[in-house]
Amino acid sequence: MRRIALLVAALGLTMSACAASDGASAETSPSTLATTTTTAAPTTTTSSSTTTTVDEAAFPVTIVAENGEVTIPERPDRIVSISPTSTEVLFAIGAGDQVVAVDSLSNYPAGAPVTDLSGFSPNVEAIAAFEPDLVFLSFDPDGGLIPALDAIGVPAVLHSGAVDVESAYAQWLQVGAATGNTDAALDLVSETRTRIDAAYASIGAGAEGLSYYWELDQTFYSVTSATFVGDLLAGTSMENISDPADEDGFGYPQLTAEYIIGTDPDLVYLADTLCCGQSAETVAERPGWDAMTAVQSGQIVELDDDVASRWGPRIADLVEQIVESITSLSQ
Amino acid sequence: MSAARPSSSRLGWWWGLGAVVLLLAAVLVSLVIGAFALPVTGIVGSTLNRLPLIDVDHGLDERGEAILWQVRMPRIVLGVIVGAMLSAAGAAYQGVFRNPLADPYLLGAGAGAGLGATLAIAYGPDAAGWIVDPLPLAAFVGGIVGVVLAYLLGYSVRSGRTAVTLILAGVAVAAFLTAAQTFLQQRNSDTLREVYGWILGSLATASWGDVRLVLPYVVLALVVVVLGRRLMDVLAVGDVEASSLGVQPGRVRLVLVAFATLGTAAVVAVTGLIGFVGIIVPHTVRLLTGASYRIIVPVSIILGGAFLVIADVIARTVQSPFEVPIGVVTAFVGAPFFAVVLRTSRGVVS
Repeated sequence: MRRIALLVAALGLTMSACAASDGASAETSPSTLATTTTTAAPTTTTSSSTTTTVDEAAFPVTIVAENGEVTIPERPDRIVSISPTSTEVLFAIGAGDQVVAVDSLSNYPAGAPVTDLSGFSPNVEAIAAFEPDLVFLSFDPDGGLIPALDAIGVPAVLHSGAVDVESAYAQWLQVGAATGNTDAALDLVSETRTRIDAAYASIGAGAEGLSYYWELDQTFYSVTSATFVGDLLAGTSMENISDPADEDGFGYPQLTAEYIIGTDPDLVYLADTLCCGQSAETVAERPGWDAMTAVQSGQIVELDDDVASRWGPRIADLVEQIVESITSLSQ
Repeated sequence: MSAARPSSSRLGWWWGLGAVVLLLAAVLVSLVIGAFALPVTGIVGSTLNRLPLIDVDHGLDERGEAILWQVRMPRIVLGVIVGAMLSAAGAAYQGVFRNPLADPYLLGAGAGAGLGATLAIAYGPDAAGWIVDPLPLAAFVGGIVGVVLAYLLGYSVRSGRTAVTLILAGVAVAAFLTAAQTFLQQRNSDTLREVYGWILGSLATASWGDVRLVLPYVVLALVVVVLGRRLMDVLAVGDVEASSLGVQPGRVRLVLVAFATLGTAAVVAVTGLIGFVGIIVPHTVRLLTGASYRIIVPVSIILGGAFLVIADVIARTVQSPFEVPIGVVTAFVGAPFFAVVLRTSRGVVS
């Protein structure tokens, strides 16, 4: 979704278009968060009150996803995921053997049944060819895919880019409820929560007054604290250099090179190592960047783009990598 | 204007001088304004320091110097070069095709460069270890291939090898290349962001390396277009009439388009597709001066440089420290300005 949000920004040829898309996302996010949390709770209580593991009796299950009420009549065993994040969640909660196809960008975990299904321009017939009994997607390009799947009787769950960590957890719980793996999803959430909290706790006062620059591509697109990444890093109490001038709260601004060099962030996080071949070396070679403290002292952290752009179970790995970069700096 | 009208060439010098003043002002403003506040005294001092035999205490630290000389300065210089080139190419295209809607991307240079860039981003090898970055190279080659295809198609038409045939061939080639580019882009959706960023055009990552890369082509192209500006005046009367005056329209068109394309492909290769400059600047000059290409071409070159530098100042400061795509600014600022010129001028468009 981060890529898509950027795409919307890039395509928004007028400033009003940018503002409109921004307004839409701001309106939808709180409501989806509210519905997911309220509805995830009842389903989890009903299923956990009956049995522990895979629970056939719990079906039919109804969840309220972003696309409204979705009823799954029985435990799905032909799941199609055209969202890399959903794929990671499905496999992390042990629903991997219920998945028959994932989209071309779902490159994790290794065993996922990758197909050439596209997450950007999904084709309903191509999806239907897998005879799915449940579809997960993060993006419905023109709002036509979900109604089309609905028309052929395939339930679809829309889980678009999480705006904060809690709404990501709520999505995982819905994936668990929808696939009959509620307890595993609960475990995954609490385990992730524990790991992230422990990582934050290990920082101590080391991150006081530190600032960071989070790079999405080599033209200096970045994220602010108002984004999912910003929320994930909120526990580090570092300052995000993109924040001070984010008046419209869009969240994915393109910074200027001179601003980045001038503000001299303590840490530079590269979330463009895979997409755009960036590394500590290429950053150091950029004109003028060798004057930055982070470049001189080697505080450029190379991230895995995929881990850094998804809101799946590997966010704990990401937080641990971030925290490690902070503690190594403050030593 | 009721007073004695100065001769056309005298008027041209005045317009030229005005454009130069505007360009200098734009460059100075652009030097002083930026997302990172550099003191004016520091900028002046640091600039003086670069001159031989002068050593002043300018008060800029290492980072300030890096921002001024490695980030801001190459960006301004590249802006001048790109604006000048796109405006000159626009004027040349409008001249040789006698078409007010002609712009540097008319014959497929933009679509071809877009396809080349997409190919490089989607299938290109890892740029590390290459002497030349494959992206601008592919865009450059793509832009030239696009125009060559349009020319071959246009001249394969048996009857009526006119400017209109060539334009139609260009439209067909551009549509085909754009379709191919969109197809590849959709097939490689992981590269969408990079491709779109490139297509929108930007000076955000300008470096002296970019300047060195484009300068030879741009200088060559500008020299040819400036030298050919009188022939464009002759073409304006029509192909048949031009032939009777001893000018070969086809050959003039080929040479001017070739060099305009060479320069356009070079700047597009490093900055992406910056729109609107090539149309708006030559027309503004034409409407203001109402003059021949003898004046339009050189004044457009200078004014084009100034226009793009101003647009870039707006692009990087209006939402400072964020960037606004420069194509948005050229259209957003340029279009209303152009509308005013259109309404108030008494000149003719074509």
